[in-house]
Amino acid sequence: MEFPDGLKYSKEHEWVLVEGKTATIGITEYAQEELGDIVYVELPEVGEKVVKDDPFGAVESVKAVSDVFAPVGGAVLEVNDTLPDSPETINDDPYGDGWMIKVEMSDMDDLKDLMSADEYTEYIEQQKGEEDEEEDEEEEGEEEK
Amino acid sequence: MRYTPHTPTDKEQMLRAIGLNRVEELFNHIPSSLTERSKISLPSGLSEVEVKKTMGSLAAKNATPQDWHFFLGGGIYHHFIPSVVDAIISRSEFSTSYTPYQPEVSQGTLQAIYEFQTLICQLTGMEVGNAGLYDGASAAAEAVLMARRIQEGRRRVFLSRSLHPQYRSVIATYLKNLAGVELVEVPFTKQGGTDVEFLSRAMDEKAICVVVGYPNFFGIIEDLTPIQEACARIGSFLVTVTTEPLSLALLKPPGDWGADIAVGEGQSLGIPMNLGGPGFGFFTCRKKFVRSMPGRLVGETVDSEGRRGFVLTLSTREQHIRREKATSNICTNQSLCALAAAAFMATLGKSGMRRLAEVNISRAHEAKNRLVDEAGLNPVFSGSFFNEFVLRVEGLPQRLGRFTAERIIPGVPLARWYSELQDSLLVCVTEMNPKEEIERLVRTFSGN
Amino acid sequence: MSEPSPGTNRLRSAPPLIFESGSPGRSGFFWPEEEAKIKDPIPGGFLRNDIPGFPELGELEVLRHFTRLSHLNFAIESQFYPLGSCTMKYNPKVNEVVARLPGFSLLHPLAPPELIQGALELLHDLERWLAEISGMDHVTLQPAAGAQGELTGLMVIRAYLANRGNPRRKIVVPDTAHGTNPASSTLCGYDVIQISSNERGIIDAGKVEEVMNGDVAALMITNPNTLGLFEKNIQVIADVVHKKGGLVYLDGANLNALMGIAKPGEMGVDVLHINLHKTFSTPHGGGGPGAGPVGVKAFLGDYLPVPRIVRKDGRFEVEENCPSSVGRVRSFFGNFGILVRAYTYMISLGSDGLEETSRMALLNANYLRKKLEGAYHLAYTAPCMHECVFTDRLQQKHGVTTLDIAKRLLDYGFHPPTIYFPLVVPGALMIEPTETESRETLDAFAEAMISIAREAKENPTLVKTAPHSTPVSRLDEARAARKPVLRWERAKTESAQLSAISKKS
Repeated sequence: MEFPDGLKYSKEHEWVLVEGKTATIGITEYAQEELGDIVYVELPEVGEKVVKDDPFGAVESVKAVSDVFAPVGGAVLEVNDTLPDSPETINDDPYGDGWMIKVEMSDMDDLKDLMSADEYTEYIEQQKGEEDEEEDEEEEGEEEK
Repeated sequence: MRYTPHTPTDKEQMLRAIGLNRVEELFNHIPSSLTERSKISLPSGLSEVEVKKTMGSLAAKNATPQDWHFFLGGGIYHHFIPSVVDAIISRSEFSTSYTPYQPEVSQGTLQAIYEFQTLICQLTGMEVGNAGLYDGASAAAEAVLMARRIQEGRRRVFLSRSLHPQYRSVIATYLKNLAGVELVEVPFTKQGGTDVEFLSRAMDEKAICVVVGYPNFFGIIEDLTPIQEACARIGSFLVTVTTEPLSLALLKPPGDWGADIAVGEGQSLGIPMNLGGPGFGFFTCRKKFVRSMPGRLVGETVDSEGRRGFVLTLSTREQHIRREKATSNICTNQSLCALAAAAFMATLGKSGMRRLAEVNISRAHEAKNRLVDEAGLNPVFSGSFFNEFVLRVEGLPQRLGRFTAERIIPGVPLARWYSELQDSLLVCVTEMNPKEEIERLVRTFSGN
Repeated sequence: MSEPSPGTNRLRSAPPLIFESGSPGRSGFFWPEEEAKIKDPIPGGFLRNDIPGFPELGELEVLRHFTRLSHLNFAIESQFYPLGSCTMKYNPKVNEVVARLPGFSLLHPLAPPELIQGALELLHDLERWLAEISGMDHVTLQPAAGAQGELTGLMVIRAYLANRGNPRRKIVVPDTAHGTNPASSTLCGYDVIQISSNERGIIDAGKVEEVMNGDVAALMITNPNTLGLFEKNIQVIADVVHKKGGLVYLDGANLNALMGIAKPGEMGVDVLHINLHKTFSTPHGGGGPGAGPVGVKAFLGDYLPVPRIVRKDGRFEVEENCPSSVGRVRSFFGNFGILVRAYTYMISLGSDGLEETSRMALLNANYLRKKLEGAYHLAYTAPCMHECVFTDRLQQKHGVTTLDIAKRLLDYGFHPPTIYFPLVVPGALMIEPTETESRETLDAFAEAMISIAREAKENPTLVKTAPHSTPVSRLDEARAARKPVLRWERAKTESAQLSAISKKS
């Protein structure tokens, strides 16, 4: 699984490409794989304000809907309008053509909470580990009965 | 009757396999405070012979069109149902199958409902329709809820007073617990339609939608143009409600009038009256609203071999996925009834639907003319109608006894819903009222 | 895979759409009677001169079309349907005969009450039976389905609390709840607080205590829950809720496990709904119609929706003037035709038959669970009632998932159990055999499941590419959602294009 170095990552599995004050935002390869085939994308309008850590849109697969959270706050400059017709682009190219919105950041400090590629890789490993632990706990609990 | 196949030997073997001795051990983990008070104090079971006898006696205590003359409409209609329809829905593959969540073994249901969705769109002239809701009343309520979802920030819902009173009641119940909605009642006119002047004055940019019957509860067909224009001016939705969809075979359909959402009751399309249920609510709207629609949707796709197939789709709108954010809470719908309607519409077909609708118009208008000319009754409204109309009958409550003696139910008295319509009778005449019945109705009114 | 071989598979291939068949002018309707000629009954501006695209078929064509469609379906009368929480029991034929009696099917709801006394008597008695079985005091038969029952029940709760000064703002719903529970709460104007079940799969009273306060109107609980486990803390939980002035709502979907064993009315439940198309044998119809009567304790009776059926001096009357009622939730008298079937079933079985029903439902579920325990991972080892939940954990090691197992079961001629629900169990397989299945059927199903478990180890690809023997193979649901095609349209060649495109790839 690929987590490009030049990007920053959030706990909710979004990536951010920072160029000056502009942040391009999308979801990571891990997120798109968990979701499966994406069939629909809900995006904000240009000019709308997004608030850090609040949902700004949603991605839908056949069997699930996931909110997409803003890793940084600001005003929406651009929206990827190829996505409504071809939502599968997010599956095919999550870091390139699958970008979702571009935001003019209101506070550069928002970037401090984000992770590097290495930190995000570790974070994913941890998450997977916790899931396995939970399942093991379940087994122990049952045997008591 | 018992439908459990377990013999004592079966029970013994199965208990042994589980490692138990008695059936009661299966629930000995339930608190005795509950099991001690669980006895069902009701009569014991009956043989099939006794069941049929008991139910037959209950059925015999009800008046049916087989031995009475029914002139009843008001949202449920007595129509001819081709024998093929029951033959089709009696097939156990349709009636005892489950919701088609496993599409590979449900293509029968899925294709039939896809065909139903198409038929209901063709009949209403709308772009997209779902697989059905509970009834016309809840469909009307869901239409208002959907309009409210889409028209964020708006708060006023305009209901024509000539819309079916029970439907208005259900809409009010559904909206009562939701914040920030105001229901405004629009009076009706001498023609029996919506008071458009009142509507134009009362509507503002807070208007979510206008809901009108088409035809309405009085059987009246009204010109929807001024209402649609009033809606268009301020961006409000036009919602039409059709309790007698057979009329749409001949009438200009809601889609052609510019309706945004067209709903109604499907019972008259091949489903027996059944004391008002089960029937189904149909729900159609503009394609751009599809992701906001309630209810199931069947869509076309292909399988891994490229063969055409059908699946339930856009499921993320629904409760089993979206839970508290779903477009509706509906799960079980009225699928078999929608199938009956599809079979009915397919059997009658284009020419059959139109012919049947013509017969209704002919019989109803003939009856009304005779009641006016020969029995001296006056129509209450001057508008056009399909197969039901309202007549003024002096001293109506006292005269009804005469009809009961003749085994005639001449119509539905309206006073119970409209205090301004005392002595008014809603009379419905369909193809199931032969000439002789109409003759007797006229003579009884004439006092002969 | 090539074209189906001629002869055998023709029996189960889909016919063309009705719009793709027939011929202009054909119809299955014949009405030779002379009708009176009425001059211009309706102005021309109100008329249409065609129904574009509407089918034109003869009667035999229509019958053949739908008959061929029916051949593509599984159904209870041909296959075993162990769908958890759906209670796919036998739908008795006598119910169908009775429901079709003209004295039930040809009744008009606006006929004067004195002319439908038999129908009103049936409704009144059915209310009584349901009240007695569930241990409640008053019942309404208006709701058309379980979900509508939930909404009705929540409205009753809201009206009761509003009457006491504060409708409150929240409903507590367990994580094992059916999706309709939170959806109905929202429709009733409430926010949802979700609480988790414990590691044994049931709700702790302590968890409820944590969230229960003066802002919570009610707790919705299913018992037994969607894991098939009896919520044994329910009486204590009910106390916790009642102490803070809230009410307890029971989702009665799993009532098939309780008849003659435990009554919800004795558990501290204030309001419940019952699914007649589950516990009381009315046919599922490919998705409906059903009915979702609501039962309440005496103190809530006045809030039930109108109309109420009342008995006065030996006659039955319809009462619509109920000042405290939540109003009307459905037109007329509910799904009367379904109520007739359920009532017929109930009097057929009687109290003894209903009690035997739940006992045998438990026996069948536990028997099946024993047979499958070796081959599949059991989600919870606590005693189950009428259904049990397994997972795909053992099969995942070979890359085989619950979905694959479900699809492979189709090849064995069984409808799969409920899958991926409840959400608290990853890869859930929820199995409810019901009481109307014989031991032989259960044995055959267990053998099929065990065989699939073996295939998962020895030949996982076979399982992952299933089904192989159904009229269509796995369908592209992503395509259906991305580019929804929800109806046939005359000028449209999209379906032809769809087929052509995917044949090429």
